[in-house]
Amino acid sequence: MTILGAVPSAVDEPSCYSLARNDWFCPAYLADRRSELLDATVQHLGITVAAVLVGLLIAVPLALLARRLPRLEAGVLAVSTGIYTVPSLALFSLLLPFTGLSAATVVIGLALYALTILVRALLDGLRAVPEAVRESATGLGYSRSRRLLRVELPLALPVVMAGLRVATVSTVALTTVGALVSYGGLGNLLVTGVAQSFRAQILTAAVLCVVLAVLLDALLVLAQRALTPWTRA
Amino acid sequence: MSLFGETLDYLTRSESWLGSGGMLDLLWQQLLLTGTAMVLAVVLGLPLALWLGHRGRGGFAIINISGVGRAVPTFALLAILVAADWPGTATLGPYGRAGLATLIALTLFALPPIITNGYVAVTEVPAEIKEAARGMGMTPLQQFRRAELPLALPLVTAGVRLALVQVWATATIAALVAGPGLGRVITDGFYRNDYGQGIAGAVVVAVVALVLEVGAAQAQRTAYRRTHPAPATT
Repeated sequence: MTILGAVPSAVDEPSCYSLARNDWFCPAYLADRRSELLDATVQHLGITVAAVLVGLLIAVPLALLARRLPRLEAGVLAVSTGIYTVPSLALFSLLLPFTGLSAATVVIGLALYALTILVRALLDGLRAVPEAVRESATGLGYSRSRRLLRVELPLALPVVMAGLRVATVSTVALTTVGALVSYGGLGNLLVTGVAQSFRAQILTAAVLCVVLAVLLDALLVLAQRALTPWTRA
Repeated sequence: MSLFGETLDYLTRSESWLGSGGMLDLLWQQLLLTGTAMVLAVVLGLPLALWLGHRGRGGFAIINISGVGRAVPTFALLAILVAADWPGTATLGPYGRAGLATLIALTLFALPPIITNGYVAVTEVPAEIKEAARGMGMTPLQQFRRAELPLALPLVTAGVRLALVQVWATATIAALVAGPGLGRVITDGFYRNDYGQGIAGAVVVAVVALVLEVGAAQAQRTAYRRTHPAPATT
């Protein structure tokens, strides 16, 4: 497939994304490649959401366990900081022997990074709950698990949500690196764009990445406002 | 041969390390890129962040800079810079346009943690201490140099350390646009279906990242001990 493949109108005037003009902004490109762009965006979104959810599912029990056993806490924090020093490109290739060239490689890798941010946010959030609040909940006859669910977690929510926003936005950006194993969503378009020095495709994919990050971030802000009505008195 | 064997084999062969394009060469390229990007980011970002922190304003802008910085994928920025005719020709500088593009992308990537930490560090200095410094008749510059900066230093260096490790890790992405650095070992391994080589590259990058992290932590501790001498015990 060449870049010029799908341009029948190139007879009279070269399209703005033909190799002759190679413009950065090109509405014709958006219209012609709509389905390709949509597929890439859906893949990007799917990988991001899956990675953050998996990260969150592991982070919650891990954080609770680390809280219960203080000796574990230092270990959990050290391991999660260690993961962050491994570059994404390297992490994906280290996972490859186990998961192969699949979306799972990218999801697991990104989930590990998200996990790192989320465990820290959960521990910080729970630590910020005032001791007096915890004691009065106990005094009111709350059991340990009920106190956690009804008192501590809601109060930790603002800090946890801040961590979730950071994790989500950086996962959107890191998903592009999944292009190494052909599951990078919009990153795939960046790779082919660079190989063909196809400017309209590169800029469109970059802008879509940022838009996706901003939209997901806004969604989390709205969710936080809905979940913590008491912060807006 | 097992994958582990292939990896070990690649790591122990001398020709994978030596010569032009060998891993020592690529390691040096990546260290040079990381170092230059860090120096540029510190020189450009830190004075601004410290000054804004001293003035106690600009917090909104700082938070936005770091938010946007996180949302723009470094890989996308790199792709845009490489596809642009600017800067210069493909053969410019030691590593061509891809190298310069990587340097710019990495510098921009390093700025948010350095700026955010620098700003927060100075604004978090307790107000009583700032008042006391002013009360002692220090000029604004003296207040900053003698009171605020020493107290802000641990957080400032933490930001620089975080940026250093992340820049080193991110520099591997240059390989996706055929740029310099150790990422090349990984991507070349993949494109040639030589997973042993790909994993060998990943191992080297990860080990150097850990060395940098531990080294930076050690340097931070030494610097802290030198600026905060323990009270004499005898």
